[in-house]
Amino acid sequence: MSDVPQDRKYLPSHEWAQIVDGLVVVGISGFAALELGELVYIELPEEGSAVKFDEPFGEIESVKAVSELNSPVAGTVVAVNQALIDSQEAITSSPYEAGWMMKVKPAEQSGMENLLEADSYQSQLSES
Amino acid sequence: MRKTVLNSAHQRHGARLVEFGGFEMPVWYSGLTAEHHAVRQRAGVFDLCHMGRFEIVGEDPAQSLDRLVTRDVSTMKKGQVCYSLVCRDDGGVLDDILIYRLPDRWWLVVNAGNRDKLLGWLSDKLVAAEVVDHSEDVAMVALQGPLAASLLSPHIDRPRGRALEDLGYYRISRAVVNITGESIDGWVSRTGYTGEDGFEIYLPCSDAEAVFDALLDLSDEVIACGLGCRDTLRLEAGMPLYGHELSEQLDPIGAGLGFAIALDKQCGFIGQEALRHISSTGPSQQLRGFVVDGRRPARQGAAILHDGHIVGEVTSGSPSPTLGVPIACGYVDATISEDSELEVDLRGKSALLRPHPLPFYRRDAQNA
Repeated sequence: MSDVPQDRKYLPSHEWAQIVDGLVVVGISGFAALELGELVYIELPEEGSAVKFDEPFGEIESVKAVSELNSPVAGTVVAVNQALIDSQEAITSSPYEAGWMMKVKPAEQSGMENLLEADSYQSQLSES
Repeated sequence: MRKTVLNSAHQRHGARLVEFGGFEMPVWYSGLTAEHHAVRQRAGVFDLCHMGRFEIVGEDPAQSLDRLVTRDVSTMKKGQVCYSLVCRDDGGVLDDILIYRLPDRWWLVVNAGNRDKLLGWLSDKLVAAEVVDHSEDVAMVALQGPLAASLLSPHIDRPRGRALEDLGYYRISRAVVNITGESIDGWVSRTGYTGEDGFEIYLPCSDAEAVFDALLDLSDEVIACGLGCRDTLRLEAGMPLYGHELSEQLDPIGAGLGFAIALDKQCGFIGQEALRHISSTGPSQQLRGFVVDGRRPARQGAAILHDGHIVGEVTSGSPSPTLGVPIACGYVDATISEDSELEVDLRGKSALLRPHPLPFYRRDAQNA
């Protein structure tokens, strides 16, 4: 089991959110990346578009299946990791750093107070 | 969920296990793409114990079986294997199966997901014969890939000293398997579902795990392969998968399986009338192959469009490790010409579908 970083919070559906310089950086956990297997495609939102808390902001596709990506924060997308469009390898090799997916300027009602602490997310993984 | 006799072997070899056909099966071990390439270029080992292995027992099993399958069974020679369909009265496909004529008996291998259905259908419909289920006492593993023959041959003794290499494609032979340090009585056929040369080995379940491990130890070139790459391999090779290209609602003529249907079989078979009718009028939809423009694979169920109208549906789609592009096949209205460029609806976005002849991949016909 991969370690869950303590410096961010999580959705039960395995997306993480980390606040850096007032923006919320979003990605998926190492566990989720491992579960998905080999990735072949990612659909990310346009910069400037709005994302809602716990609602799909994109899709990720492995060799075998399509999964929705849920946003751990409500707000406006200010940056998208364009490198992932060409190669999703970083999501698998570096899920918490190079594999980040988008940066969001959080809305006033960001929903982030509903996210899981790292320990709670880790125990969810242990139970599954 | 049912488990095969190799379940603990899969766990030892680090498999990612998923449900398939009611069984907990490995979808991959090291990774789908690596396993796919191993089978195309070297060799891979598969657990096929989830499939159903039946014996047809009776006075004249061939005659009894002939009424239930599309192939002309009575013309099969000893040691021959043939691909056949089992159809309903209306021509819908109950299963696609392999029929084996062994020297002294008749075997069938059926799809995992159709095991119980076929067992019931055969029990119900066979006249002067019965079906015996050997799925739980006979195991089935495959070694597939261009190195399969040379790697396996030293460990297989066939009757009268015949070499494994001389076993023809779609032929089965009695075999003593000497790979674990013990001599195991079994059978070996030159069959597979990958588009490569390869063998399927039938042996007592009690020996399955030792043989599975020994096959993996044959060479560093051999790796354990899961159902994930079995699916991409068969899709490239243009082989249908039940539940995708075949179902009770689909007819096998539209699937391009006319070669496996003896429309003029004298004794008649269930579905013959309906299939003759479809054959004479032409199927309403045809299975076709496509390369999907872009990177995103089309998946089963995706709508196929022509000039904005839905004209079909994707039945299977995946990135093709060999071709390096997403490939797909699906049913399209027969009225749409075969060279038409179509579009596929990928979860709200459309992508071009370029027609590609089936199969997508054909190996050098060295042993075919």
